[in-house]
Amino acid sequence: MEALMSLIVGVLTAAGVYLMLRARTFPVVLGLTLLTYAVNLFLFASGRLTVGAPPIIRESATHYTDPLPQALVLTAIVISFAMTAFVIMLSLKARAELGNDHVDGRPSQEEAP
Amino acid sequence: MTTLTIAPVLVPLLAGIALLLTRHQVPLWLRRGLNLAAVGVQVAVALALLTAVGGGDVLTYNLGNWPAPYGIVLVADRLAAWMLLITALLAFFALLYAVQGTDRGSRHFHSIYQLQLLGLNGAFLTGDLFNLFVFFEILLLASYGLLVHGGGARRTRAGLHFVVLNLAGSTLFLFAAGTLYGVLGTLNMADLAVKLAETTPENLGMARTAGLLLFAVFALKAALIPLHLWLPEAYSATSAPVAALFAIMTKVGAYCLLRVGTLMFGPEAGPVAGLYATWLLPLGLITLLLGALGALSADELRRQVGYLVVVSVGLLLTAFGLDSTAGIAAGLYYLVNTTLATAAFFLLADVIACRRGASLDRLTAGPQMRQAGLLGGLFFLAALLMAGLPPLSGFVGKLLVLQAALDASSWPWVLASVLSSGLLAMIALGRSGSVLFFKTADALPAEAAPSAPVVASLGEWQETMRLVAVAGLLALCLGLLAASGPVLGFCTATAEQLLHPQGYIQAVLSPVTGGVDR
Repeated sequence: MEALMSLIVGVLTAAGVYLMLRARTFPVVLGLTLLTYAVNLFLFASGRLTVGAPPIIRESATHYTDPLPQALVLTAIVISFAMTAFVIMLSLKARAELGNDHVDGRPSQEEAP
Repeated sequence: MTTLTIAPVLVPLLAGIALLLTRHQVPLWLRRGLNLAAVGVQVAVALALLTAVGGGDVLTYNLGNWPAPYGIVLVADRLAAWMLLITALLAFFALLYAVQGTDRGSRHFHSIYQLQLLGLNGAFLTGDLFNLFVFFEILLLASYGLLVHGGGARRTRAGLHFVVLNLAGSTLFLFAAGTLYGVLGTLNMADLAVKLAETTPENLGMARTAGLLLFAVFALKAALIPLHLWLPEAYSATSAPVAALFAIMTKVGAYCLLRVGTLMFGPEAGPVAGLYATWLLPLGLITLLLGALGALSADELRRQVGYLVVVSVGLLLTAFGLDSTAGIAAGLYYLVNTTLATAAFFLLADVIACRRGASLDRLTAGPQMRQAGLLGGLFFLAALLMAGLPPLSGFVGKLLVLQAALDASSWPWVLASVLSSGLLAMIALGRSGSVLFFKTADALPAEAAPSAPVVASLGEWQETMRLVAVAGLLALCLGLLAASGPVLGFCTATAEQLLHPQGYIQAVLSPVTGGVDR
């Protein structure tokens, strides 16, 4: 399970960084989203991976999973969700005001009239 | 006493909510008054807090009454109170300028302004790494809103770059926090300091990696080379009061570098000691020089001031990178001067741009300004403060940094970089001053030039109040010069407290009085 988890985090991060370096706003936003997925999984795994164990004290439980990373991930998800919504709105505004969807506001060479 | 520690967070939160709820019904002048009053209360709270911790006490507030390291803790020591006071003073004068017309663009300006202060104050007070991330996000989300306030293509483009870069920075922050938690099992900064000092060799690599990831995040916020490229464009594109308030934003990064660098990776951190200081000094020096070159090449005044912010960050982090009591004290003294002077300069650049018609603040020959003598005098004062020339407080700050550097082995590098960047900044400011005020074309009177769309017509009263805000910030710098002795004494005591973090750790982890209201 650890190998699968680290593979997923690694692939998501790599894809996120690649997309973030693109010149148009849509891939950049997608890249940011993938990067936040990667970091959420990473945070979740930072309390070690445990299967079938409760995070809060129970009479019958013999072992527990760490509850703190779950709380951290919840916070991180909420924040990244809000930030993604904001960056999408800003990208739409930039598309409307700058006339194209390039990150630096200029059309590339081949599209220039 | 403990409730005083959370007051700097509560006041802007409540004021921000009140301003948000009243955005439709209540007239603008009343909301302006409410906002100004709330910032005024924050100045008073910061002063009270500074008095309370001035003797060397460390006040803590356990949120939800959960004792540290299990709960989130707010910690007020000398450094935190010092930063709170600077923020509140800066925010007051920037707001005084903003209510003279800049705030008309959107109904949400006033509530976002308070939320920005909430994020700033929280970042200075928190003693928990993940909570620091949350406050960073609050201040960043508010700053995104403020940055694009007023609209326009240039602001949108600069805002997009700023937002994307900072979102990438936030992701790095989370990776760093996750790594630290995975290795050490805690996120409380005092607890982290204790556990980092006892790191076992097999975890050392991970702990160092996480520390340096954090360094990269804070360097992005502070605009340290090579992560400074977003700053000049963002600061020159946004409206003047926002740029003035953002003068404290780079200092948040510098504050975090200093706090984490001394508390978690300080001289007593055992295997990870000095992790930050080794990077801060060389990067700070390169930042100084490249920032000064950027200031020379700028084609408009606001962009030039943006590059001078980069220069001041370089000097500040050089001082912190010296890693000695004298160096950190000099940096803390210089921090006040540069924050207030930068803010004054951004406001002044806007006043100048408003009076030059279509030439705005481009460094080309333009029409003669009204009240050119008065503006020229203010420009001269601000330029002296920014370039660090005698006899003003910018010079005192720079001199203290140089004096502190003489004790370090790297003193030739520091002296050469600081002095040459000072010379370059002086040339750049001298040139723009002479172009703006002396190279006036009489054939192009201000009235004949087509008025730029951003320049709204202002009444006589508003023009005066704008200059009062600029003069107020400059007067604070002069006050700093007059009170140099006591201020430097306080800064030295702060540096001592930072370099001996046992007091901080003890106050957080094992408070004598229980630390909470019973």
